[in-house]
Amino acid sequence: MIEIFGIPSQALFGQLLLGLINGSFYALLSLGLAVIFGLLNIINFTHGAQYMMGAFAAFFLLNYLGLNYWLALIVAPAIVAATGAIIERLFLRHLYHLDHLYGLLLTFGLALIIQGLFRNQFGSSGIPYPIPEALRGGQNLGFMFLPNYRAWVIVLSLTVCIATWFVIERTRLGAYLRAATENPTLVRAFGINVPRMITLTYAFGVGLAALAGVMAAPIYSVNPLMGADLIIVVFAVVVIGGMGSIMGAIVTGFMLGIVEGLTKVFFPEASNTVIFVIMVIVLLIRPAGLFGRTA
Amino acid sequence: MKRVIGFAAVALALSCGSVQAQWSDGVIKIGVMNDMSGTYADLSGPGSVLAARMAVEDFGAEKKGMKVEILGADHQNKPDVGSNVVRTWIDVDKVDVIVDVPTSSVALAVNEIVREKNKVFLISGAAASNLTGDKCSPNTVHWTYDTWSLANGTGNAIVKTGGKNWFFLTADYAFGHALERDTAAVVEKNGGKVVGKVRHPFPGTDFSSFLLQAQASKAQIIGLANAGSDTINSIKQASEFGIVKGGQNLAALLAFITDVHALGLPTAQGLIMTEAWYWDLNDNNREFAKKFAPQNKGVHPTMVHAGVYSAVMHYLKALEALKSDADGKAVVEKMKSIPTEDKLFGKGEIRADGRHIHPMYLFEVKKPAESKGAWDYYKLRATIPANEAFRPLKDGGCPLVKS
Repeated sequence: MIEIFGIPSQALFGQLLLGLINGSFYALLSLGLAVIFGLLNIINFTHGAQYMMGAFAAFFLLNYLGLNYWLALIVAPAIVAATGAIIERLFLRHLYHLDHLYGLLLTFGLALIIQGLFRNQFGSSGIPYPIPEALRGGQNLGFMFLPNYRAWVIVLSLTVCIATWFVIERTRLGAYLRAATENPTLVRAFGINVPRMITLTYAFGVGLAALAGVMAAPIYSVNPLMGADLIIVVFAVVVIGGMGSIMGAIVTGFMLGIVEGLTKVFFPEASNTVIFVIMVIVLLIRPAGLFGRTA
Repeated sequence: MKRVIGFAAVALALSCGSVQAQWSDGVIKIGVMNDMSGTYADLSGPGSVLAARMAVEDFGAEKKGMKVEILGADHQNKPDVGSNVVRTWIDVDKVDVIVDVPTSSVALAVNEIVREKNKVFLISGAAASNLTGDKCSPNTVHWTYDTWSLANGTGNAIVKTGGKNWFFLTADYAFGHALERDTAAVVEKNGGKVVGKVRHPFPGTDFSSFLLQAQASKAQIIGLANAGSDTINSIKQASEFGIVKGGQNLAALLAFITDVHALGLPTAQGLIMTEAWYWDLNDNNREFAKKFAPQNKGVHPTMVHAGVYSAVMHYLKALEALKSDADGKAVVEKMKSIPTEDKLFGKGEIRADGRHIHPMYLFEVKKPAESKGAWDYYKLRATIPANEAFRPLKDGGCPLVKS
């Protein structure tokens, strides 16, 4: 067996693949953040809580309405997106003309409130959510046992990421959105309802977080704190990728998943800090992030 | 951000003013500090405050003219936060006794502060056996369980049924290290071998990478030297990656009934674990759980909650006998000199090193078909008698023990 740095190469492939799976969650979450920041200039700290709400929505749908995982993949993000739209209408709308800091404080406060409410109701140990029947079991790839569900996570996440990038960067709708952030008054003059478009954009970003939450539910337990643990890492991913850069968020998400995965093999104790070390280095060398445009 | 939650103080009014003088500042203040919001909140958390309150009520402190007040605080599993809370409690709020404190790294820090300030420290939630070993203190009593007793219970049972080769998945802080060390000693003593280990950051979320390393080690047993949601996620993901189906077995070296509840029986069935207390073991325990659960959102008491109850009860007994709470060392000495007895832990004693001695139990998690419903989770496999359940006094290296 060939060894790389004392680790059998086969084991290394397994770890790379696992890194890619974790990376898909980072990518999906940081994509939502990047969409919201890029188009609304809001730093959405509620993102982690909305990811958690997605998982809980899937749990409620299954246990109270009998809707299975596949329906939850569509319905749960829609429900959470609707709550996002309400948050945008009620609160965020009033902050667009103020400094970023106000949006950050508001969404951070909301995140604490939402997490507190769920924790008060459901405790901190979490609730089980079964892996859907069709995705149980796994494939023996020779170098590792890959659970079918994790393979599905990579495929779905990549599809959603690329579709989102395509819509925003390559279609007419995306062009309107980008134009509306540059110059809302002018775009409105063309007869486009800009406030509604912004509400829908925020709701879409929130929906992406909820989708990640539904995807995470069968792997990690549905837990009120699941988002709080993840959101800080995801923010680091967004900063490394470049605030607001859609492609940056996707590529960096997958890349850092892999870097983290490798750290878990070579220096496991540092695996939860490695992303922040990279963040510091990137900020020193390229303050706008890897894919960011310097203003 | 220091979140000291001023829990509704149980101020039991004092009828007779003249007795008051024997308590420092007129009131016995119990500070329950643990993880109120994070990974260990269900197994300790607000439930421990409730257990302390129930102990004070059942003791009849009010009738005996003892005014008791209970405070609660969140240490967020951080030693610096915990140390700050305890210093404020002792210096400003005049707290007399610190109770519970899961997360061994925090407990070890509090241990030193309480010794320095000569107060009393009753540990229920923390596990590191160092607390009655090289770090033992004349002001500390370690009540419920410790890493040695867990290793001795679960480790022994597994090695004896043929699980000889072990790989450890260890939480990277004081508790995980202690549990790994104590279990490895048991494994090696019984002719087993430790073939590898990996230490994961605490708290973690994704354990698949570590589990894959465990799988590659070809060890028969993967010992989980972690706790709370780390254990839950490790077990869940091990089942996802087909580790048990592949012929390797998991040993949850520390698991609580709240973890089993969160995992669900389909995933948790067959796990073997060591606990100091289970609510469905006898009538007294059932009665306690029946009173406790409705006040704790239906969550049944864990061994940590029961330990808090029992420890506070014995502390109050010692105060009653001593008629003073001023000198922490004297209080703990009194606690050691009277035998312990209460409805949850039965008869026992506190050793010179601060270790509370009582039987431990080896449980197996029921199959879904065997369970009558939520919280009916354990089958008793073996009772480890009190004299075998804890590390022998001479082996701990506690300076308080005169050889």
